[in-house]
Amino acid sequence: MSSSTDPGRPDPDRTDVPIRDDRPVSDRGETVCVIGAGASGLTAVKNLREAGFGVDCYERETGVGGAWNWRHDRSPVYASTHLISSRPFTQFPDFPMPDDWPDYPHHSQLLSYFERYADHFDLRQHVWFGTEVVRVEPVEGDRWDVTTRSTGGYGPERTSRYAAVVLANGHNWSPKLPRYEGLEEFRGEVMHASSYKDPAQLRGKRVLVVGAGNTGCDIAVEAAQQASHCWHSTRRGYWYAPKYVLGRPADQVNDTLLALRVPLRVRQWLYHWTLRLTVGDLTRFGMPEPDHRVYETHPIANSQLVYYVGHGEVTPVPDVARFDDRAVELTDGRRIDPELVVFATGYLPRFEFLKGQVLGDEDGSGRPRLWLNAFTAGHPTLAVVGLVQPDSGIFPISHWQSVLFARLLTLRATRPDRAAAFDRKVRAGLGERYSAKVKDSTRHWFEVGHADYLRALQRALHELEEGTR
Amino acid sequence: MTAERVRVVRSWEWARPERPARREVLAAVPERDEAKPPLLFVPGFGHGAWAFAEHWLGHAAGRGFPAYALSLRGHGDSEPAPEATLRSYTHDVTQVAASLPRQAVLVGHGAGARVVAHAMARYPARAAVLVAPVLGGWGTFGTALRRNPVGTVPAVFGAGLRLNRRQLFSRELPDADARRHLARLGRAGRRAQWQLLTGRSPEPAVGRPPVLVLGSPDDRVLPATALTSAARRYASAPLLFPGMGHDLMLDARWREPIDAILDWLDKDPAPALG
Repeated sequence: MSSSTDPGRPDPDRTDVPIRDDRPVSDRGETVCVIGAGASGLTAVKNLREAGFGVDCYERETGVGGAWNWRHDRSPVYASTHLISSRPFTQFPDFPMPDDWPDYPHHSQLLSYFERYADHFDLRQHVWFGTEVVRVEPVEGDRWDVTTRSTGGYGPERTSRYAAVVLANGHNWSPKLPRYEGLEEFRGEVMHASSYKDPAQLRGKRVLVVGAGNTGCDIAVEAAQQASHCWHSTRRGYWYAPKYVLGRPADQVNDTLLALRVPLRVRQWLYHWTLRLTVGDLTRFGMPEPDHRVYETHPIANSQLVYYVGHGEVTPVPDVARFDDRAVELTDGRRIDPELVVFATGYLPRFEFLKGQVLGDEDGSGRPRLWLNAFTAGHPTLAVVGLVQPDSGIFPISHWQSVLFARLLTLRATRPDRAAAFDRKVRAGLGERYSAKVKDSTRHWFEVGHADYLRALQRALHELEEGTR
Repeated sequence: MTAERVRVVRSWEWARPERPARREVLAAVPERDEAKPPLLFVPGFGHGAWAFAEHWLGHAAGRGFPAYALSLRGHGDSEPAPEATLRSYTHDVTQVAASLPRQAVLVGHGAGARVVAHAMARYPARAAVLVAPVLGGWGTFGTALRRNPVGTVPAVFGAGLRLNRRQLFSRELPDADARRHLARLGRAGRRAQWQLLTGRSPEPAVGRPPVLVLGSPDDRVLPATALTSAARRYASAPLLFPGMGHDLMLDARWREPIDAILDWLDKDPAPALG
C-alpha cells in the first residue's frame, strides 16, 4: 500500500491529467478524502492515518469540533448543553476523557476534548479549513472526484480525485420544521431549536416548546426557570428517564444489565419498574400515558422536566393543531397564546453535494439505505461515518466505523477476496436495524441500540480480519 | 499476536468505570521544543515515579525529549489504593498518556511493562519500550521464589512482594545509593500481584506501535528466557546490557540503556506490521 503523508497538493500541470468541467482534476493517488472535521471526521482522519493512508479533510468552518463547536454557524448547541450519555459511553475508546471530569460533561468540555484529540494525534495538518465540498461524484475504478471551494462560494472551484471518501458532515444541522395550518399568520415569534442559544431569549415571555426530544425537554426546563409561562407540547407520552438511578449514571446501570445479558423484555420490565419508583405516574400531571415500551423511542434523559411540571412551571399540552394570528389551537381544542414558539422538532440528514442514489435513496425521501448505517451497495470506497442516533454516545461508534473502513481499504489492496466478500455482505444487509422495534418517524431513521450495533460492527470487523468461511 | 481479536463491546468497563485516583506525575521538559514525542515512564510494582526522576527523566529531557513519569495508584505519592487491580493501573497510564500534548511513547519497567502492554490496547502509543519486562506467568514466579524465597512466599498470601539488593542492582552501585533506593520501595496491590500470575493476557495493541525490548542477561528477577520470549511476542530481539541488575534506571550504568532507547526513537522506528 502506498502511503502519502504529504499534506500539500501535487502540481496539477502534468500531461494526461483527467479533465472535468473543463478544469484539470488533480489526482491524489491513494489519498482518502474526509468531509467534515467534527467528532466523526476527526476520528476518521486519525484512524485512516493510523492505517497508513494519506488524508485530505475538508471543513467548511475554521475550527474542529463540528456541531460541538458553538462558534460554528451550524452548531446546534445552546449555553446549557450537557451530555446525555455519561463519559464511558461517550469518549473515544482509545483516548479517554479526563477522569476528574463530571459524569455528564458540558459542551465546552467536549469541544476542548476534540481540540486536544486533534492536537494529540496531529490531525490539523490534514484538514483544509474554510473549504466546503460542492460535489462528490463517482468515477471509474471506484474512485471519486471531489469539488471544493472556499466556504461561502468565494474563489474558484477545484476538483481532486481520491481513492475513497468518508462522509462525516453530520446530521444535526439541517432543521426539520413541521408544517402547520396558519403558521404564516401567527404574529408571535417562531424559532427552531437550532437558533436557541441562551435562556435570555426566553426571559419573561410566554413560551410554547414543541417536541419532547432531549433538546425540547432541556429548553422546556430552561423556560420553566426563565419564562413567564411554559407550555410543552408533545405528540405522545414518553418515558422521561432520570440521569441518575440508584446513585449512578442511569446508562451505566442499564449497561450492567446488558453486561449480564438480561433479555430485552426483562430489561423493559425492570426499566418500567424503576421509572415508576423514581419518576412516578405522569398521567397525574395530565401527561399522556406512553403508547410504547421503553427502548422503542429514542431515550430522553432529563431529571428536571418532571420536577418543573410538578411545580407548575411547565404545563404539558398535546400536539399543536393549527395557528392563527394570535393563538395556537391544540388537538384537544384548547387555545393558548404564546409569544414565542420554539420548535425542537429535530433535524434531517442532508448530503447536498451528493446524488441521493449513491446512498441508495431511490425515492428522494432523503433516507439513505445503508448497511451498518455506513456502507452503501455498489460503492465499496465510500463510507458514511457518524450517521447514527444511538441510545448512547455516538463517538465510539464513529471511531469503530472508521476503523472498519480503514481495514476494508487496506484489504482491498492486500486481500481483494475478503473485500469482495464484505461487499456481498453490504448488499445483503442494506437497511438492517440494530435496535428494538422503534416508532416510525424520521427521528428514528438512524436509531440504533449501542450494544446491538457495536456487536454487529465487531462481528463485521472479525469477519473481515479472519475471512468468512 | 494476530490470533487475538479486537474488542469493541466492553459492557462491564462502561457499566463500572474505574474510580479516579490522584496521580503523581513528575516531568522534565526540554527548554526548546524539538517536536520529539513525549516519553511516559511507567514504573514496576513497588517503584514510583522517583525511580525515573533519579537519572532518566533529566537525561531524556537533555536530549530533547519531554519526559514524564507517573506513580501507579498506591505507589510513590499517588493516592493509596490497596485494592488496585491491573485494570486500575492501566487506567492510570492511559489517563496520563492522553493528557500529554502529543502522542506518547510508553516506557514500562518490570511489571510496569505488563501494565504498558495492557495500556497499548487502549491507547495508540507512538511507540513502546519494555525495560526488563515482567509480563507475568508462573515462570517468573518460580525464578523469584528461587532467588528470594523470603521476599516472595509472603506475597502469595497477600503481603507485598519484597525485592532485595542483589535482585535489583549490580555490585557496582554504591551501597549508600542501593540502601536509599531500597528504603523507598513500596508495594503493589494484593489483587494486582495475583493478576500478574493469573490475569488475562494483554489484548492486541492498537495503532501498530513499534516495540523495543531491553534488559540484562544478569537480571535476577527476570530469567533470560523470559526476556527473549517477551521480545519475540513483539517480533523483535532484546537489546542486552550485561552486568546490570533488574533496575536498569537506577543501576550504576544507567546511562547506557536510556541512550539506547533514545537512539532508537531518534531513528523514528516504522510502525509494526498490521
